[in-house]
Amino acid sequence: MEASATAHHDTHDDHDHHDYAGDTIFGFWIYILSDCLLFGTLFATYAVFSNSFAGLIEPKDLFSLPFVLGETALLLASSFTFGIAMLKAKDHNMQGMFKWLGITFALGLSFLVMELYEFWHFSNEGATFDSSAYWSSFYALVATHGLHVFAGLVWMLVLFVHFKRDGFTEDNKTRLACLSLFWHFLDIIWICVFSVVYLMGVM
Amino acid sequence: MGQSNEHGQGGQAHGSVKEYTHGLIYSVILTLIPFAMVMMDIGSPQMTIGVIMICAVAQILVQLIFFLHMNTSSEQMWNTTSAVFTVVIVAIILVGSLWIMQHLNHNMLMGH
Repeated sequence: MEASATAHHDTHDDHDHHDYAGDTIFGFWIYILSDCLLFGTLFATYAVFSNSFAGLIEPKDLFSLPFVLGETALLLASSFTFGIAMLKAKDHNMQGMFKWLGITFALGLSFLVMELYEFWHFSNEGATFDSSAYWSSFYALVATHGLHVFAGLVWMLVLFVHFKRDGFTEDNKTRLACLSLFWHFLDIIWICVFSVVYLMGVM
Repeated sequence: MGQSNEHGQGGQAHGSVKEYTHGLIYSVILTLIPFAMVMMDIGSPQMTIGVIMICAVAQILVQLIFFLHMNTSSEQMWNTTSAVFTVVIVAIILVGSLWIMQHLNHNMLMGH
């Protein structure tokens, strides 16, 4: 491979670089699947403790479904706007990409603010992470998802700087593709969270 | 180069506005059904739980197909294979934990 790359330097250069980007994205995909295992164990913990309230506050006293529906709408919309940003990036339309990534960032940030408000509200009502096994597992699961969203937002800001500085290089395109995987993955985890934690929690 | 970009990098294919719009519409429908069922208190608990599960799985598939462009083409083979492997492991963790813990609780009660 190396010999052929040097022999036909100009024709194979692109190809080699392309393979490298493919490996990076596949590697990132493997990371996401391992993150999936992390969430799988947190969901298992949550399910095991789903009735361990220690005679204290139960989730159905506190959960507000319209509020959760609002959070869900923000994340679903952000998945869509990220997709549009990816299409703009494919056309090398920097301004369009920044616009749609900016909207995605605003939606993600609003989601995070709503989630933090919810935690603050629950804590004020007496449901802190140390009140019972149920609330420990609740905060562990939901806050881990929130931390991931926060990491995604920071990553988006970093990527913004990268694109401003270097433009549409292969590296930047790979980074954007990885962040896209990450963001859609967070949406998938949230589907499980609202189904298992919130919808089944109020029943 | 342009040609290879069409098929994306490492199985990461690009969609179209139409595909993303369809994905969004399906997601909204699959979110509203379980929320409406729980909020309006329609049906028995067993039925509601069944609908919530079915909608969740359907929506995850919608996300994978419309937003992550997952399919069974050869360039996506490793992505799909590793994802299926992960689903099996997660299922073992979930079912195994619940099964063991339920039996543990059961045995504790027997001791009384």
